[in-house]
Order: sequence, then C-alpha cells, then structure tokens
Amino acid sequence: MSSYTQKKGFGATVWDYITTVDHKKLAVMYLLAGTLFFAIAGFEALLMRIQLMKPNNDFVSAGFFNELLTMHGTTMLFLAATPLLFAFMNMLVPLQIGARDVAFPFLNSLGFWLFFLGAVFLHLSFFMGGAPDAGWTSYASLSLYSPGHGIDFYVLGLQISGAGTLISGLNFIVTIITMRAPGMTFMRMPLFTWTALVSSALILFAFPPLTIGLLMMLFDRMFGGNFFDHTMGGNTVIWEHLFWIFGHPEVYILVLPAFGLFSEIIPTFSRKRLFGYSSMVFATILIGFLGFMVWAHHMFTVGLGPTANAIFAVATMAIAVPTGMKVFNWILTIWGGSIKVTTPMLYALGFIPSFVAGGVTGVMQASAPLDYQLHDSYFIVAHFHYVIVGGIVTALFGSAHFYWPIFFNRMLNETLGKWTFWVFFIGFHLTFFVQHFLGLMGMPRRVFTYMEGQGWDQFNYISTIGALMMGVGVIMMVINCLMSIKGKPAGRDPWGDGRTLEWAIPQPIPFYNFRQTPLVRGLDPYWIEKQEGNKEGMTYAEPIGDIHMPNNSAIPFVISLGMFIAAFGALYNPDADKPWSIYILIGGLAITFGAMIVRSIKDDHGFHLHKEEILEIEEQLYGKGGNK
Amino acid sequence: MSSHDTPIVAKSQAQYEYDRHHNAVHMRKQVINFALMIFFTFIAFAVVAADFSKYLIMPFVLLLAGVQVVLQLYSFMHLEDKKTHFGGVIGFFMWVGMLIAFTFFLAFLTIIWW
Amino acid sequence: MDFNTKFTPHTWPDHPEQATMEGKNKVVGFWIFLACEVVLFASLFATYLALKNKGPAGMEFTTQGLFELPLAFAMTMLLLTSSLTSVYAIYHMRNFNFKGMQTWLAITLALGLGFLALEIYEFQHYVHLGFTFNQSAFATAFYSLVGTHGFHVTLGLVWIATLMIRNAKRGLNLYNAPKFFVAALYWHFIDVVWVFIFTVVYLMGVIG
Repeated sequence: MSSYTQKKGFGATVWDYITTVDHKKLAVMYLLAGTLFFAIAGFEALLMRIQLMKPNNDFVSAGFFNELLTMHGTTMLFLAATPLLFAFMNMLVPLQIGARDVAFPFLNSLGFWLFFLGAVFLHLSFFMGGAPDAGWTSYASLSLYSPGHGIDFYVLGLQISGAGTLISGLNFIVTIITMRAPGMTFMRMPLFTWTALVSSALILFAFPPLTIGLLMMLFDRMFGGNFFDHTMGGNTVIWEHLFWIFGHPEVYILVLPAFGLFSEIIPTFSRKRLFGYSSMVFATILIGFLGFMVWAHHMFTVGLGPTANAIFAVATMAIAVPTGMKVFNWILTIWGGSIKVTTPMLYALGFIPSFVAGGVTGVMQASAPLDYQLHDSYFIVAHFHYVIVGGIVTALFGSAHFYWPIFFNRMLNETLGKWTFWVFFIGFHLTFFVQHFLGLMGMPRRVFTYMEGQGWDQFNYISTIGALMMGVGVIMMVINCLMSIKGKPAGRDPWGDGRTLEWAIPQPIPFYNFRQTPLVRGLDPYWIEKQEGNKEGMTYAEPIGDIHMPNNSAIPFVISLGMFIAAFGALYNPDADKPWSIYILIGGLAITFGAMIVRSIKDDHGFHLHKEEILEIEEQLYGKGGNK
Repeated sequence: MSSHDTPIVAKSQAQYEYDRHHNAVHMRKQVINFALMIFFTFIAFAVVAADFSKYLIMPFVLLLAGVQVVLQLYSFMHLEDKKTHFGGVIGFFMWVGMLIAFTFFLAFLTIIWW
Repeated sequence: MDFNTKFTPHTWPDHPEQATMEGKNKVVGFWIFLACEVVLFASLFATYLALKNKGPAGMEFTTQGLFELPLAFAMTMLLLTSSLTSVYAIYHMRNFNFKGMQTWLAITLALGLGFLALEIYEFQHYVHLGFTFNQSAFATAFYSLVGTHGFHVTLGLVWIATLMIRNAKRGLNLYNAPKFFVAALYWHFIDVVWVFIFTVVYLMGVIG
C-alpha cells in the first residue's frame, strides 16, 4: 500500500484536494483561502488609509471608497477571520480530543466549498459592475436603494458562504460531543476545544437570523418583496435587528477561539497548568450566552426607548465580568511560571493589554448616553479594531507560529517572527490608538475624505504610517511562511513543552491521526504521560486493529458549484433584458439537488484500513520500527 | 467494528419477547399522547370559534401549543428515551434555541420602532 | 461495522438507529440541526408578528378577513395525523418489520401530500383575491413564513420518498435505519412548526 505516501502528479494532487474529506487537508485549504482573503481585505484597508492620509485627497473616488470599506469589513469578518479560525479548529479539534476525523467528514468538505465559492462569488462583483457599497452592515434603508448589482452580490455571496460556515459549525459541535476519546470528559477538554464548541454553538444560533435577514433582502431586491419598504408597510429596523442578532454573536464567534488559542499558548510557554481551568470554561459559556442578549447596543441611537437601552446597556457591561475572569486567569497562569518568551508567547503578551484596551472602550460605549456621542465616529473604528486586531489577529499570527509544526511539520523562523511581531504590533497601535482621538474630535467613520484645519490631519497621517507598518508586518509573516517550505522537519513536540494530545502524535501525522485511540487520564494528557516518563506519549485505549475511514467525494464541490451558478441566475433575475437568468437559476439548483440525491442514493460505507497496511504506512513515515 | 459500535448479539427468546412487549407498550403510550394532541387542537379551534375574549384565547392557545410541542419533542421524537445518545446535550441545545427564539419574539413585539 | 450485515428480528438491536458510530453522530447531528431550525423559524415568526396587517395606506386585507378556520383545521388534522403515522413507521423499524414501516411511511406521504395540496389551494385562493406576494409587507411576511414551512414539507416528502424507493428492495440494515429515523425526526419537527403556525398565524389571526 505504497500509494498512501507516493508522490502524485499535479492534476492528481488538485483532484485529491478537491475531493478530500480529511480534516487536516481541509484545514490547510481553509488556511490558504483565509490568507488570500485576508491579504485582499488588508490591501483594501491600505487603499483607504492612503486616501485618508491627507485632507481633500483624491486617490480613490467616493464611490470606490464606499466599495472598499464595505468589502474590507465583509471580507475580514466572513471570509478571512472565520476561515482562518476554522483552519485551526479543523486541524486541532480532532487531534485534541483524540478522534480520527470529524463527525461528518463529507459535511466538512461541503462547508469549505460553500464558503469558498460564496467568497469567490462576492469578489467577482469587483469585475462585474461594482462591489457592494452599503457598509458591512448593509442597513436596508441604504442598501435597498443602492443601484447596480453590488448589494445582490453581497446578499447571495454571504448566503452561500454563510451556509458553509453554519454547516462547519454544526459539524464541530457534533464532533466535540460524540467523538471524544475514552477518558476525555467535557471537563478534561483542552480550552481551545471548549471555545471551539461554544463558538460553534454561537454559529448555530446566530447564522439563521442572518440567513433570514439575507433572504428578506433577497426577496426585497430581486423578487419584489416588501419587508423593508415602509411605503408598503415594511420596516427597515427589522433588518437592523436581524443583522445585529447575528452580528454581535459573530464577534464572539471570532474572539472565543482566539481566547482558546491563547489559553493553549500561555500555559505551554509558562510551563504551568492553565490557572482556573473550570472558571475559564464557565466564563466561555457565559460570554457565549450573554453575547446573544446584547445585540441592541449597536442600535442605541435608533430610538428604541430608554427602557430597552438601559436593559441592553446593563447586559453589555455584564460581559466584562467573564472576560475579566479570563484576563486574570491568563495573568495568573503566567505568574510564577517558568516563562519562555518565544514568538507565540510574545503575541500572547502583546494580546493581553491590547485586548483589555479594546474591552475598556467597549464598556464605555455600553453606556447608552455616551454612545450617542461616540456612535458612528472613529472612536468606534478604534474600538473594534483593538478587539479584532488586538484579539483575533494576534491570536492568528501567534498560533500560526505555534501550530505551524502541526500543520506542516516545519518551524517558522523565530528571529523573523519576533521582528514581525514588533513591526506589526507597533504599526497596529500607531494606526488605531490615534483613531480614538479622531473619534472624540468628531471625525465620522466611513467618510472618504475630510477638510483640512479641523485638527485631524496629523492623526490621520500617523494612522496611515501605522497601517503601512502593519502591511509590512503581514508581508514579513508571509515570507516567513514561504521560507518554512525549505525548512527541516520539526518532528514531534518541537517546542518541547506541548501539553495536549496534538503534540503527542508523531510527525508527519498519518491521515488516520491515531494508530490506536488514546486513553485520556486527565487534563493535559501529553504532559501527564511525559511526567510519568512515557516515551510513547500516549496510553492507548485499544490494541492495533482495523481503522474505518471515510471515502473521498467530489459531491460537496458539485453541490457548491450548483449554488454558485444558481446565484448568478438570481442576481440577474430582476434585469428585464436578461430573460435567460431564470434558466441559470433553475439549472444551478438542479445541479445542487441532483448532487444531493446522488449522495443520498449512492451508498458510501467508507473503507477499512487493515492492521498490516497501518504498520506499512507507519514504516514508510517513520522508518523501520514504526512509531517510536 | 469500532469501539463505539453496539455489538450484534442474537437475543434470547425471553429478551426478544420482552423487547417486543416493551415496544408495544411504548407505542400505546404514543397513541394516547396523539389523542391528547388532537384533543388540545380541537379545544384550541373551539375556543376561537366560540369567540371568547381575546385576552383569554391568546394565552390559552399559546399554552396548548407549548404543551403540544413538549409532547412532540419528548414523546414522538423520543427525547424522553433514556437511551438516546447524549439526550441531555440535545435537550440543552433545543431549549437554548427556544430561549433565544423567545427573545426574538419579545424584541420584535416591543422594540421594532414604528 | 459492516453495514451490509443481514439481520433477523432476533439479532436486530434495540435502538438500531444508534447502534453504529455513524448512526449516533447522525442522530445527535440532526437534533443539533433542528435546534438551529428553531432559531431560523423564530426569525420568520418574529418578522411576521412585526409586519402582521401592515401594508400600504388603505390596504383592505387583514388576518381576520383573510383566514378561514375550517381550512386551517383540515390542514392541521392532516399534518398531526401524519406525525402519528411516522411514529408507527419508526415503531415497525425498531421491530424489524420493513413492510410495516414502508406502509406507514406511504400513509405519511399521502397525508403530507394532502396537506401540501390544501396549502397550494389556500395560496392560490389568496392570490385570486389580490393578496399577492408583492401586495404588502404583510403578504410578503405571510408567504415567507408559511411558504418556508411548505418548502420544508416538500423537502420532507421528497426525502422520505427517496429513502423508500432506494431501500425498497434491500430492506432494513444498520446503514439505513438511522436515515429513516432522522427523516422521521424531520417530519415531526415540521409538525412542531405547524403547531405554532396554526396557533400564531391562524388562530390568533382570526381573533385579530
């Protein structure tokens, strides 16, 4: 069975990636796709910052600026941060809980392709008559009247990629509930797995309102519906509610896994058990729950009335409590530890004060009267970038360094990594710290230019310099990643202080992950085994036996492709001069449902990997003697 | 055969008969629950047709709907079955979903600004 | 697990839908999906409640004028009964009685089709009165809510029919038992949603 490790031709490799259901390959695909969209959205941000560098600038037109700010926000949240975190979830969750794959490998692949083709669809708008231009929130009162097809691209693209995200989220929930190895009780799960579970639960409950909101927008814009049209009895505030019912949990969907990643990095490099594990779990669940009860704090100025504003203000402030618990737990984990300041640890140390700064401005805005002053100003921009860049992007960069050996069996360069950190970190604070003051001085967000002599020039200039530094930092990071291709194999547990199961697996990880299902004897199972001098790194729950694995399938790609085609039909449906659009819509949906029926009719039992084959694969991977 | 699977064993005649009987008793309970649901539906339509006060009907039919939903979930959909794999977690997710659904109703009936 | 193992009523496990790893995952996963559907329908219901009876100035359509109890009652009875028949189907599935299961599923399908026919008639009737999808916010919200439910019914019918046809020749095994069970769960959930539709839309619509 040498076919498992044989070198393949280019076409065969591409086909392998299109049809794969292996969570590790999908993780790499999420990582690549996420990085692509992160780069695009980052480039859009740089164009905006260059436009705002000096007053009365005409680097980009006002209309194009609107498209840039819309696509920057939409892409960063839906198509960059989410897939990048999914990359880590896909890679790490099955390994951390001792599973051979996710619960539904087929759905995992479907989730990826829906996300990716939805994202591609959205970005085609740039070349097909203009991108969406009503902000990432796309408030109905504005977006209903946006000419051209930009908003239609937004609605359909997000509908498709949102469906993919929802499917992946559901898959993670079931994986974590049912696929845990023997002994891996809920209270022994690594914190990243916990945050992945809670954030997937948030996806499960937050994406349906978005789906419905987008569906309504779809009906209103393309099929003559009246949900948001006040002349027909509709109400535009419904969109705002549905959007923020989704939108606020979305923030926690992104930041909770980031918390989880830091909760893995900090104990590893403090060489200490995570302080207050159970309170961390409790705080995670509480943040998840409260995250659902605060959406109207984005709508204080809509005029919901003092009672509603007061309730949502208090609920919002309450979230600071579990978040504070987490911050103190991290600090107390570091306290008294045997600290090693590696690149991931550097990101963690930078994260804590930056995120706290973003959290504090959040509590300021939670106070409804003050929010009337801050609303729609650069103060808000500064706040959410402190939370998102200071919280999520530092987590992504830090854990890219940390988990690179798990992904690719290579290490990233530490020296370059530390330089990247400082360039990016200083650039980040330079960009956004001054924006607090711009906001307090009255500069509104989403303006494409401003007049001179209002005291904004200097700060805008500084902010742009910072943004360029962040751009340099990202390029350094990418160079570091590319350089690692030529690096030496990292081997098992390259940091030397791994605590959880993913570090216990020999590298390169075989496609079935665990030759034998591990037996988990406590929190941080690998650490326990190392303390007891177990060279194997794992205690096994079963003897070597046959392994059941799922088959590859091209159906997820076909289902997603059908949706992609159908989206063009729906997009051009309202145009009177394109009567063929309805056939494209029907044809696309026919492809999707046809593929689903094929999936339902064709049995897919997977295949069994026999003991002899396993031993042969291990010999090829690790040399004679197998896994030692 | 992975460790998560149930081993296939031939049942003894006594076990077989017991299981059959158990299933039949269970089915009888389901039919009773169905009769209850039909009865509730009938009452709900009847109070509306009888044109009682709006403020009596509204909470009353909502209560009946709630009871019907619980019957469906726990009886027809077998959530009350102790052998349901991770039944507790499933119930937790369903009830959290319903709680969130409730906040939607509350919000859309009170703070949709007109 | 060898999915093609042939069974007799004596070797058929007690909870066949959860006897394999795949079955367990499928059942848990489907329940989690239903929790997601609860929130999905809640968004539609909440929107309907917010837009109920709202339309352009001088709109003559109201819930009181539009809805008729007898039709809603007939639809309710059809769907509730189909819920019981699918319980019977699962009862026979657990007893390894394939014929019985197929028969009861066929009855479920017939009842579901009846429901769908009444719903189509109802929509047609309203459109005939001039209450079209584009007529008002109320109309859009009503058709979206009830239509989404109708779409679920259609999907359920196609799903159950596909399962029945696909497995007609080979009978029950541990590969398709979870599929039948999950399809029945879906059908019950459609019923749960309808309980709220007939209560919130029709009953509370008629009293105004």
